Amino acid sequence: MSATMTLSPISRRRLAVFRHNRRAWISLWIFLVLFGISLCAELIANDKPLIMRYDGQWYAPLLVDYPETEFGGFLPTGTDYHDPFIIEQLETHGWALWPPIPFSYQTLDMQMRQPSPSPPDSRHWLGTDDQGRDVLARVIYGFRLSVFFALVLTVGSLVLGVVFGGIQGYFGGKTDLIGQRLIEIWSGLPVLFLLIILASLVQPNLWWLLGIMLLFSWLGLVDVVRAEFLRARNLEYVRAAKALGLPSHLIMRRHVLPNAMVATLTFIPFLFTGAITTLTALDFLGFGLPPGSPSLGELVAQGKNNLQAPWLGITAFVSLSVMLSLLVFIGEGLRDAFDPRHIQATNGTATRITPHAS
Amino acid sequence: MPVEPLFRLQDLSVAFDGVTVVDRLSLEVRRGETLALVGESGSGKSVSALGAMDLLPANAAVSGGRWLEDTSLDHLSARAWRALRGGRVGFIFQEPMTSLNPLHTVAKQIGETLRLHQGLSGRAARERTRELLVQVKLPRPDELLDAWPHQLSGGQRQRVMIAMAIANDPVLLIADEPTTALDVTVQRDILNLLDELRGHYGMGMLFITHDLNLVKRHADRVCVLYEGREQETGPVGDVFANPRTAYTRNLINAEPEGQPQPLASQHSLLDAKQLSVAFSRPKRWLFGKQPAPFVAVQPLSLELARGETLGIVGESGSGKTTLAMALLRLTPSQGEIRFDDERLDRLTGNDLRKHRKRFQIVFQDPYGSLSPRLPVSEIISEGLRFHHPELSEQEVLHRVQATLKEVGLPQDCASRYPHEFSGGQRQRIAVARAIILEPELVVLDEPTSALDRSVQKQLVILLRDLQRKRGLSYLFISHDLAVVRAMAHRVLVLKDGEVVEQGECDQVLGAPRHSYTQALVESSGLGMMASA
Repeated sequence: MSATMTLSPISRRRLAVFRHNRRAWISLWIFLVLFGISLCAELIANDKPLIMRYDGQWYAPLLVDYPETEFGGFLPTGTDYHDPFIIEQLETHGWALWPPIPFSYQTLDMQMRQPSPSPPDSRHWLGTDDQGRDVLARVIYGFRLSVFFALVLTVGSLVLGVVFGGIQGYFGGKTDLIGQRLIEIWSGLPVLFLLIILASLVQPNLWWLLGIMLLFSWLGLVDVVRAEFLRARNLEYVRAAKALGLPSHLIMRRHVLPNAMVATLTFIPFLFTGAITTLTALDFLGFGLPPGSPSLGELVAQGKNNLQAPWLGITAFVSLSVMLSLLVFIGEGLRDAFDPRHIQATNGTATRITPHAS
Repeated sequence: MPVEPLFRLQDLSVAFDGVTVVDRLSLEVRRGETLALVGESGSGKSVSALGAMDLLPANAAVSGGRWLEDTSLDHLSARAWRALRGGRVGFIFQEPMTSLNPLHTVAKQIGETLRLHQGLSGRAARERTRELLVQVKLPRPDELLDAWPHQLSGGQRQRVMIAMAIANDPVLLIADEPTTALDVTVQRDILNLLDELRGHYGMGMLFITHDLNLVKRHADRVCVLYEGREQETGPVGDVFANPRTAYTRNLINAEPEGQPQPLASQHSLLDAKQLSVAFSRPKRWLFGKQPAPFVAVQPLSLELARGETLGIVGESGSGKTTLAMALLRLTPSQGEIRFDDERLDRLTGNDLRKHRKRFQIVFQDPYGSLSPRLPVSEIISEGLRFHHPELSEQEVLHRVQATLKEVGLPQDCASRYPHEFSGGQRQRIAVARAIILEPELVVLDEPTSALDRSVQKQLVILLRDLQRKRGLSYLFISHDLAVVRAMAHRVLVLKDGEVVEQGECDQVLGAPRHSYTQALVESSGLGMMASA
């Protein structure tokens, strides 16, 4: 990876090609902004004030759980800041700064004027779901969770896929043969059944899901990396490195891996979208994250179950399709940027049409 | 013979995105004659031929006049161009491996041009295809009709290409380096076939090549190109006898010359006994019999003294590179290899790795053998950093600079990347990478074959200098006898993995005894030069 981090002329040209692709470049920025916003979800959608002043003292409910007794209540449990009594207390004894959306992803709105699911209004910009939770808050948290899940899964798959694919491809022969057969058997295991069985044994949380998915998601990458390593190990500069007497791990890291990085990087956006889709699908089926977690898949399921409340389905559809489209556009841009034909075309054509001019 | 031009270019210029590649080239090909378009790589010879036939990509701007017989080619419609190409003008390209479609049989590929241009189909097309295969002297034409390209050898494929080119009785044949990818003995047959066909059909031929030996033997007139400009044009005899421009003179005198230094010591450095390389073949069935292994190198023995150059000569597939790989322990082999009285074949793992700095290799392809992602200083110092971890950064850089100077490269190139260098410079970088480890033996695997003649000559001089200064032993692998003669003390001729002849260089190349060596020497043009 370090070889591609220091910008060689090739990488610089790739970056230029990528930036030149306006759709991909804009998509990348939109995605980064959205992800950046969702990273601060707690500041945007929360059922606690960000900061408040009560009886001449500062409080930060976001960071500290204050018991209700602190604000004149009766119970020594955590404060419910949506309780009309507490709200009244706050208004008379000081002030509170609320986030733009005063609901977290699992806040049940007790003061709804309509039965849930309620349509969008000024209180709930995208309405509420059938349990009275704010849809916009759930979308923001759900987006963050999906991207986080996909990010961890992608990085994990990358590491596993590159290591296993690299070893198989570089050493070839028996190593490759045995490795490939094991992978074929492994990939024959039904992932979905495993998850269903798991769901009956333990309460699957994010990490369980990640672990199980990670066991299988790297398999697709192995073929790509292995093929690149198989090809690259016979390149003359790799043979030259062998002739120099360099040890295998050094040759793999310095000479072969950069070759495979192109194919691998091109694969990343598709791994990413795949991970998001899988998580959504699992949540939709009910085998995914524990109940109550902010999840786009669960929103889709709610949309399906409440066809009379179209804002649920439409929100789920729009947020998922925007997210996936952005990622696909970025992926396309990356693929084009790494396409050697593109690079050559910007480089000059004389070398291309007369290959024997070498 | 009436001197009427068949094909004429008037002030043809080609520019890519504003960069002029061919500058006002004028030439004419007459009926029944071969005009050779000669130049080194990048001189624009292929581009001008492609430009003349409107085969360049859209970002090329072609200007100037083009005539075939009486027709001007300047304002032809796309349809007219298609009728012309493959019809009255036949093409033969360099790469026989890629210019045939691997998914179609021979009959189908040749039949396609017949169908498009003559409307032949079915039996008639097949009949005509068979005739063509006979005409290009392919063996067993009936069988080859249904052969796939991968079943043919390089020479056979090129014959199929020729059959396609002459299928529609063209008046002009454009042959773009038709034999460059082929072995010298095959090369001769193909060119003789082309000569014969040209006489038979009375075609004009535009023969694009970089090889002056071929021009001398197969062309009537020659046009020399340099950096897109015409240098001189004239009958072959005149141009070779009295070249008018300095560039042409250089080109003609670019034949590698000189002799290696006489040997000082007889102390043996490398000694191989009964060395052989065999590759196992895959079994047909799970329980089938193991087929006999493919023997790439038959058991052979060779010896190399300190400061000596042993030339290993042979055509592609003769096992010369495999032999070198086996000697360097980069390919598994059987037999005994002694390096400086140590059994190299018994070393493994780390012991072997530590020894590797004593024998190095320079590969054929100057573009493939340098990692495009590392700057030159990294490429050169990589081995040094591994074998001498005790050196400080300062010392490493110092060694890199000294080595760059030794191979004749400018000091400032250390921080640049390989793609900024020409083929000859890259090969110097590869040499620098090898010698910085101060090896005793360097295997040179066709180091000059991807280079232009004039660059070859410089590299040969550099290699001989290094040998003299450092007392290096070379194992020089090549199919180019002219270069071998300038480099080697002794020569070993390989054919199909077997040594057919070996001995002193002058003796083997001057008076070859084996018929194969004789054929090699004859087709390489060495004999001709000796008699001239």
